[in-house]
Amino acid sequence: MNPMLETTITVNGTRVTRRVEPRTHLVDFLREELGLTGSHTACEHGVCGACTVRVDGEIVRGCLTLAVQANGRAVDTIEGLSDSGEIRDLQAAFHERNALQCGFCTPGVLMTAQELLRTRPAATRDEIRDFMSGNLCRCTGYQSILDAIEAVLIARRQARPA
Amino acid sequence: MKASSFGYARPASLAEAFALLARHGEGAKLLAGGQSLIPSLNMRLAAPELLVDLGALGELEGIAPLGQGLRIGARTRHCEIERSALVAERAPLLAQAAPHIAHVAIRNRGTLGGSLALADPAAEWPACCVALGAQIVIASARGERRVAAEQFFKALYATELAADEILVAVEIPPPAPQARSVFLELARRRGDYAMVGLAAQANRTDGQLRDVRLVFLGVGAIPVLARHAMAAIEGKAADAAAIAAAQHELSKDLSPNGDLYTSAEAKLHLARVLTGRALAALAR
Amino acid sequence: MNDRIAPDQLAPAPRAEERKPAPAPVATRGYIGASIPRANAKRLLEGRGCYTDDIQLPRLAHVVFFRSPHAHARIKRLDLQPARAQPGVIAVFDGRAIAEYCTPWVAVLGHLKGIKSPPQHAVAIERVCWQGEAVAAIVAETRAQGEDALAHVEAEWEELPAVTDMEDALSGRYVIHPDLGDNICFKRELVTENFDAAFAQADLVVEETFGFGRHTGVTLEGRSILADYNAAEHSLTVYHATQAPHMMQDIFSRHLDIPEASVRVICKDVGGSYGIKVHVYPDEMATAAISVMLRRPVKFVADRLESFLTDIHAREHKAKIRLACTKDGRILGFDLDDLTAIGPYSVYPRTSGIEGNQVVNLTGGPYRHKAYRAKMHVVFTNKNVTCQYRAVGHPIAVALTEGIVDLAAAKLGIDPAEFRRRNIIPDDAYPYTFPSGIKFEKLSHEQCLDKLLEAMDYRALRAEQARLRATGVYRGIGLAAMIEVTNPSPAFYGVGGARISAQDGATVRLEPTGMVTCLASVTEQGQGTDAIFVQICATAVGVSVDKVRVMTGDTGVTPYGGGTWASRGAGIGGEAVLQAGKALKSNILDVAAAMLGVDKATLDVRDNAIVDGATGEAKLPLAEVGRVGYFRPDTLPMKFQAELSVTRHYTPREYGFTFTNGIQASLVEVDTDTGFVKLLKHWCVEDCGTVINPILVDEQIRGGIVQGLGAAMLEECVYSPEGQLLNGSLADYLVPMSGDVPDIEVAHVCTPTKQSELGAKGVGEAGTAGAPGAVMNAINDALAPLGARVTDQPFTPERILRALGRI
Repeated sequence: MNPMLETTITVNGTRVTRRVEPRTHLVDFLREELGLTGSHTACEHGVCGACTVRVDGEIVRGCLTLAVQANGRAVDTIEGLSDSGEIRDLQAAFHERNALQCGFCTPGVLMTAQELLRTRPAATRDEIRDFMSGNLCRCTGYQSILDAIEAVLIARRQARPA
Repeated sequence: MKASSFGYARPASLAEAFALLARHGEGAKLLAGGQSLIPSLNMRLAAPELLVDLGALGELEGIAPLGQGLRIGARTRHCEIERSALVAERAPLLAQAAPHIAHVAIRNRGTLGGSLALADPAAEWPACCVALGAQIVIASARGERRVAAEQFFKALYATELAADEILVAVEIPPPAPQARSVFLELARRRGDYAMVGLAAQANRTDGQLRDVRLVFLGVGAIPVLARHAMAAIEGKAADAAAIAAAQHELSKDLSPNGDLYTSAEAKLHLARVLTGRALAALAR
Repeated sequence: MNDRIAPDQLAPAPRAEERKPAPAPVATRGYIGASIPRANAKRLLEGRGCYTDDIQLPRLAHVVFFRSPHAHARIKRLDLQPARAQPGVIAVFDGRAIAEYCTPWVAVLGHLKGIKSPPQHAVAIERVCWQGEAVAAIVAETRAQGEDALAHVEAEWEELPAVTDMEDALSGRYVIHPDLGDNICFKRELVTENFDAAFAQADLVVEETFGFGRHTGVTLEGRSILADYNAAEHSLTVYHATQAPHMMQDIFSRHLDIPEASVRVICKDVGGSYGIKVHVYPDEMATAAISVMLRRPVKFVADRLESFLTDIHAREHKAKIRLACTKDGRILGFDLDDLTAIGPYSVYPRTSGIEGNQVVNLTGGPYRHKAYRAKMHVVFTNKNVTCQYRAVGHPIAVALTEGIVDLAAAKLGIDPAEFRRRNIIPDDAYPYTFPSGIKFEKLSHEQCLDKLLEAMDYRALRAEQARLRATGVYRGIGLAAMIEVTNPSPAFYGVGGARISAQDGATVRLEPTGMVTCLASVTEQGQGTDAIFVQICATAVGVSVDKVRVMTGDTGVTPYGGGTWASRGAGIGGEAVLQAGKALKSNILDVAAAMLGVDKATLDVRDNAIVDGATGEAKLPLAEVGRVGYFRPDTLPMKFQAELSVTRHYTPREYGFTFTNGIQASLVEVDTDTGFVKLLKHWCVEDCGTVINPILVDEQIRGGIVQGLGAAMLEECVYSPEGQLLNGSLADYLVPMSGDVPDIEVAHVCTPTKQSELGAKGVGEAGTAGAPGAVMNAINDALAPLGARVTDQPFTPERILRALGRI
């Protein structure tokens, strides 16, 4: 049996310390240790994107990051982005366009979309389609998701001071 | 689908990492970005005793000029290469290839060195490094050595790296003034591993292609340098006849294995198609 | 140590004034037809859903399964004791141990004459029949510990011949279940009297054989179950990601021998279903049995690798189809010979005979030919089981029909749109009985075709196609008309003896505050059941949508009903809600009339208030009716009892199925050098009768189309000849991502069913039904000038290059 390692992570602005098994990936840690069940495990081999969270401000696959690797780092989840209001416009746009059905992929989709909005404000619809192609949604036809992201992208672009 | 239990160490220096490798031997596995290793752990395809996380080794990070060329630390992430102005200027092939690697969330963690050390035959960086004539910098307690990328890849998932060695950097020679590069890849979906890919590099002078390097991914156990095809186009203008000659020669260079969805014949055919497109682009 | 370092990062919740007012009802039909965002989507958008795997109970144990590595083998030796000794392991069970608590099942139905299948156990006993079949269960404190212990199970096998090829199975060279005599699970033959004559007099008979890859649903949330047995009560509570809670309640009760009233199935949020989560899965039954055996809660969540090996697969078909027509392009008849393989067992309780049966029922669907012959065999093989997945049989029937129709049109030199126009059943021909025996109430093929051609600007696309061909760009346009089974009556399962409800119920209750609560037996899988029931209920009662709260997915709470499958939720459950809402309104008016001392007929409920029906003048707020009805009934007339809670049920009876129709079109560009196909655009015109919420309907159609595009272009469960699944991961089994799909334009023709007052037909499967046929025809249209043609789905670059003769 390998020793549990003390791991301290700032999760959604709150510093938490736990002893974790090295094999525990970040999403299991968030879900099972912290009860942050908004991030989902759906493939656990890095393809579907349902586990997408932010580490030090950048999105990663939560299933391809060990909790111990996040020691000393800042992790943001859908719960954090919701509570801070950071993606309220994006959530509203998704809601208005019904850009989700079962909702299982949605937290990961929103995390990825927010990364796009932050890092590629000039993205075209094709670039949005491309950027989002690492997040599997099996319910929608993706169209409402792209529509929602595109609308927020334009709105944020217009809101930015010239 | 949970990984089997393993130990975890995060050495603060290369020396410490070497000591861990020496102590644990084959039971130790180096963890760089983990974007290929962790899925294989989760699926229990790999079950190391100890993961040695290179994440704290700042000396493995960063992109820096090396003369007129480049030195890229092994822990440099795909996204950093993708964004680097220095890479775009001095090794544009890498900048062209980067967006083909999986998706943003993966590129935010996956590393150059990790990809090279894994040596997946369908991965982008190994072929690019061979095309660019890069030197792979390898360190161990015994010292540092350099191996040409062309010699680095030995067999399927096997490289020049010994169990006690760590890939620390890649050195890329300066580009010639007339250098051009093209990276093409055919994948079933955006971000998937390539069915066939081609990293191509050449110097174009007076309408002719010289020092042509055509390196294929996804068609063999390792990146494949298409020497016969290269010879067929060397010093020629990339006109239809020369391109056809190079395409014809490919059957001497490539003997692909089929995969789940694509037969060997289809791969060879697709390699020819990419060759035609790449040579036309290099000549433009 | 947890120290909050940034409490100020929390944004305040939106204040009342920031909350938007409830949307206003539409003038004539209330909220029916209004694009109102789903209220229950908000918590999903904040990561506050509650899926089965999110539930933690005290003393929760986790079960993992040791699964067969072989497609067909006898278990020579199984030693679980080394696994039992591993850290964290609570118990280990083999098939015999589980069988003491869970009886086996046989999945046959009376109306599928001759269907046969052997008894199936929750965990295999003596023999395994597909790779992935559960052989032993290991219960541990954590999932990871359970998986650790799996490596210590010792098993010895005697491999048996694996039958993996359909033709081989049909030949009976090796019989998988010797007791059954052959490998034929079910067969059906059908021929109309005029068949021979029709084919004899035809000017043209075209024939083609089409192949359909076996694929699967890939719900993002794996199958999930948490069973919690209470020994003191001999009761079982099951948190289950399922589409049919009442069906599962019955099954847990009968197979675990617990009184039905003591079994409660609770379906929280479900992360995608598509037909995958409407079947009985052996590992889920074992999980429930183990909870009984261990007298504690036990959870099982299929991981992705298990999902590929054990979630039902679907659609492995090889079918020959012939079409007879006159030289002026009039279709005389179809001739079908379909072969499909379903794995080693018919799946309980719906059977695996339905998909093939549907292909027979639906082939030729949109057309007015009179002659039809069909032959269909369903055979056992040693691969994972197949069963009903979204659009059951339709994608096959549509692709066969539309593929052969295009071939006939091409041979006759008639434009495919024109060929369809000459042959579709006219809009004034209803009611109509189809040669396969099915009956159509009212369809709108002509209107749909017109609308589609206009939406896509068919002529302009053809002109552009011709222009581009001259430059070496190969674009193709494909059409696929279709019919779809929705709102099934008891003819689907009940008549065959399955305890699967064809009716659904709704209880609607006025709360003292004037709020309305609706409890409904149809479940929410993300398709928007809750949202449309809010709209229907609000409309029926006369309140605004923010006053209605819907609860579904709990057998302890809702009326009895079928749940979500076969595109039935809106049409059947919605009608129950409508009727319950209307009845509640009537009862509310009774109370109001008594309170006001006026004639009930002069009153109405509008905008959350009792109003004068003629003038609209507000008389009483609904809350006042609630207050008096519940707290001051003493003020009402002596013999008057307020009934502010009403239950209504609905069963479709007039037709076996309420058919819908639609037509899709696909525009593609084929790279003839690489064999890659770029999907440029997709159109769908669909007639689902009354549209309750357009944004829900449209995106559900799109999602369905994308699953169909996946089938056509990417998805296939690839097995080795030995029966090993070769692509059981999301990296190898390819599903469409955003980069792989085009924009999809959706339009509607609206022909409400007259069977119900709501008039809604189903829509959830339409997209999946038509998309593969449309794409296939588009690809073949693009390849036509090159003399190439593809017929085997998925249309991989390899297959296209071979068709082109490039390799």
